[in-house]
Amino acid sequence: MFDNLTDRFEEIFSRIRGKGRLSEAEVDAVLREIRAALIEADVNVGVVRLFVERVRANTVGEELQRSLSPAQHVIKMVNAELTNALGGENLKIMYASKPPTVVLMAGLQGVGKTTAAAKLALWFRHQGRNPLLVGADLQRPAAVEQLKVLGGQANVTVFSLEGDPVRTAVAGVEEARRIGRDVVIVDTAGRLSIDKELMDEVRKISGSISPNYTFLVIDAMVGQDAVNSAKVFNEALSLDGIILTKLDGDARGGAALSVRQVVGKPISFVSTGEKLADFDLFYPDRMANRILGMGDVLTLIEQAERTLDKEITEKGAKKLKGGKFDLEDFLEQMQQVKRMGPLKGVLSMLPGVPKEIRNADINEGELVKVEAIISSMTRAERSNPDMIDGSRRLRIARGAGTTTAAVGTLLKQFKDMQKMMRSMGMGGPSATKKSPNRAISKKKKRR
Amino acid sequence: MTTEFIVVIAVLLVVIASTIYLVSKRGRSTLSIPAKTAGGSTVVSSSAAVAPTPDVVATELLIPPGDLKKGVRRAGLSFGRLFGNILGSDGSNQKVWDELEETLLLSDLGLELSTRVIEGAKKALEASGQRDGSAMANAVRMELRGLFVEGERDLEYAGESPTVWLVVGVNGVGKTTSIGKLSAMAAADGKKVVLAAGDTFRAAAADQLQMWAERTGADIVRSVPGADPSSVVYDSIQKAAARGFDMVIADTAGRLHTKSNLMDELRKLRRTAEKEPAHLMEVLLVLDATTGQNGLVQAREFAKAAQITGVILTKLDGSAKGGIALAAEAELGVPIKLVGIGEKVNDLIVFSPDEFLDALLEVEPQYGLSDEDLGAN
Repeated sequence: MFDNLTDRFEEIFSRIRGKGRLSEAEVDAVLREIRAALIEADVNVGVVRLFVERVRANTVGEELQRSLSPAQHVIKMVNAELTNALGGENLKIMYASKPPTVVLMAGLQGVGKTTAAAKLALWFRHQGRNPLLVGADLQRPAAVEQLKVLGGQANVTVFSLEGDPVRTAVAGVEEARRIGRDVVIVDTAGRLSIDKELMDEVRKISGSISPNYTFLVIDAMVGQDAVNSAKVFNEALSLDGIILTKLDGDARGGAALSVRQVVGKPISFVSTGEKLADFDLFYPDRMANRILGMGDVLTLIEQAERTLDKEITEKGAKKLKGGKFDLEDFLEQMQQVKRMGPLKGVLSMLPGVPKEIRNADINEGELVKVEAIISSMTRAERSNPDMIDGSRRLRIARGAGTTTAAVGTLLKQFKDMQKMMRSMGMGGPSATKKSPNRAISKKKKRR
Repeated sequence: MTTEFIVVIAVLLVVIASTIYLVSKRGRSTLSIPAKTAGGSTVVSSSAAVAPTPDVVATELLIPPGDLKKGVRRAGLSFGRLFGNILGSDGSNQKVWDELEETLLLSDLGLELSTRVIEGAKKALEASGQRDGSAMANAVRMELRGLFVEGERDLEYAGESPTVWLVVGVNGVGKTTSIGKLSAMAAADGKKVVLAAGDTFRAAAADQLQMWAERTGADIVRSVPGADPSSVVYDSIQKAAARGFDMVIADTAGRLHTKSNLMDELRKLRRTAEKEPAHLMEVLLVLDATTGQNGLVQAREFAKAAQITGVILTKLDGSAKGGIALAAEAELGVPIKLVGIGEKVNDLIVFSPDEFLDALLEVEPQYGLSDEDLGAN
C-alpha cells in the first residue's frame, strides 16, 4: 500500500546518505521533499506540518553538528516521527467475558462498511468464533440484501428487522445471545459526519448495545477530509480502531497516518481485495519501517517461526549468545534459512538493505557455493577457521570447485560477522551503532 | 552478484534466524510494541509521542442540504475564512500565501496545482503593481477560474432515440444513487428511461437500482448475479429501441482502475453502448468528493479505458471539498458536469464554475483568522 511512499523516501534519503556534513539548507531541502511526498500520499496537511516541524526541531542546530553521520541522524528522526505517527500496537481482541462480544461498524457512505462487516465475520470464524451479522443499515436501498448475500458467502447468519435501526441492533444482540453466538457484528447505515440526525441515530445504537468494539471504516483513497470525519465519529462513538478498505488499489493510504495522529486511534484491520478472505489485522509498527525501507522484521519472524526447526535454531541462538558461533553452526543455520523461501522475499523484509540489493537479481546458486565451501572443510577447520592456512585453503577450494580467493573472502566475511555479532550486544548494549541489524538488536533489548 | 555479496546476505539471514529463538520464546503476544516505545531510544522526541491535535479540522457547521451555494458554502468554509483574511492583508505577507497554499491542499487540489495557483497569483499581482488584499483575492480567484475548462456542462441527449448514458467509477462512490438521480433528472426533462442494471457483481446492486427505478418511474433491465454486464446493456438498448423509450442509463459495477481485467470489461461495455441503434452521448465518471490524490489516477485510467465525457462529483454535502475533481478537470480537460449535494432525488445539480467559486470564496466575516490561527510559526 505504501510502496510509492517507500520509493520516494528512499530517493530522498539516497541523496543525503553518506554526506559528512549537512548544511541547514540541505536539511531544508530534504524536509521540503518529505513534505511533498507525504502530501501527495494524502497525509493531512496539518499533520504533515507538525511532522516536518518536529523533525526539523530535532535535526537542526547543535545535535546535528555533533552527530557523526548527519544523514543518519535525519533519517533516524524521520523514522521516529513516522513510527510515532503511524505507530501503535496491533489489535488484540479481548472477548467479552459474558458473550456475545459486540462489534459496531460505522463510517461514511461507500467506504465498504457492509463488505467489511462480512469480512470481519469471516475473520472471526477463522479465529474459531461463531459470529452473527446484524443488518441495521435500513437507509440504503438493498443494504440488508447485500449483507445477506455476503453473509451467505461467509457462512454467517444475518439477522435484520424492518423499521427502526436502533431496535434492530438491540434485537440482533438479543438474538445472538439466544442462539448462542459469541460475536455479533452490527452494520450501520453510511452517514455524513455533518448529518446530525444520522449521527444521533448511530450514537443511540451505540448507547443501547454498548459495543465492546467500535470500528470506523475508512476508504484508503480518501483525501484530506479523512481526519474531519474520523474526528466527528470519534467524538460521537469513542472509536476503538479503524478498518482501512480498498487497499488493493494504488492509493497511497496516507489517511492512515493522519487519522491515527489526529484521533489517536490505530488502524486495526485492512481489507486488501474483493474476496471475503482478503482481510487481516494491521501492524502499524511494521508499516512505518516498511515505508522507510527499514524492513518488516516481525513478519519475517512469524514466517521464520512457521518454517524453522526450533531445536536447531535454538542451538544456534545459544551459541551465538555465548559467542561460540562457528562455521559449523553457520552452515546449519544457513540451511534453515533457505527453508524460508527465496532470498529476495526474505530480503525485502530485512532492515537496512539498500535498494540496489533489494532489487538486485539474486542468484540463489551462489548460496550453494558458500555451502560447498564450508562442506569441504573438516570439522576442526569449521570450529577454528584460524587454522586454515594456504594449503588447507587450496584443498578446500578444490573440494568446493572454486578459487582460493573465494574461500578467503568467505573466511574474512565470517570473521567480520563474528565481530559484528559480538558487538551487536548479544551480551551487552554497547556498540550497536553501525550494525545494519540494529533494528533487531533493539527489538531484542526491549524484551 | 559476487560471492562476497552473498556471504554478507547469508550472514545477515543467519543472525536473524538465530535471533528468532530469543525473540519467539518470549511468546507471540509480546511481539508488537506500543507506539511510544517502538523507536526505543531512537524516539528522541518521545515527549511528542502524544501528538497535539493539529488545527486541521474546520468548524463543523450544520446546514441542511440545499442548493449548490449552500452545499459549497459549507464545504468552502475555510476558503471563506481565508479570503476574509486576504482582504485584510497584503500581497507581501508570506504567511497569508502559506495559509492559502495549505487551504488549497486541504481541499485535495494537490501539491502541483496548488503551487501553480499560488505562483500564478503572485506573478499576476506583481504584474498589476497592486498588492492590497482585494487585488490578491482577485488574482487567486482568476487563477482558480483558469483551471476550469470552458463550455457547456449540461448532459446531452441524442437527436434520435435511444440516448445512452454510461456511468462508471470505482467502488462506493455513489454510482447507483447517482443513476437514480439522473433518472429523475431525465424524467423531469420528459424522457422515458430504461435503467440497465450493469452492476452484476456487487450483491444486491440490482435490487438497489430497482428501487430507484420504481421511485423515478423508469423501467429496468436486470439479469442474474455474475451475468455479463455487456449483455445487460445490450438488452436494455434493444428494449428501449423496440418499445420507444428515449434513453438508457447504464449502471456498471464499481471497479478499481488498477484491475486490468475489469478495465477491459469496461472497454467492451463502451463498445456495446455505442453500437446501433444506441447513441452513446455521455460516459460519466462518478468521483467521490472525499477522494484524495488517487482520484486523479482514477480519472486518468477511466478516461483511457472509456473516454469519459464528464465527471459527477458526489458527496459534496459532507465536509470534503472535492478539489481532486478540479485537479482532474485541469489535467484531463474533462469537465465536472454534475455535483451531488444531498441525499434527495433532486440533489444532483448542474455544475457551474462561477457559482462554485462564488460560494467557495465567499467571505464569512465571523470566521476571520485570529492571530492564533495564523500561529507564530
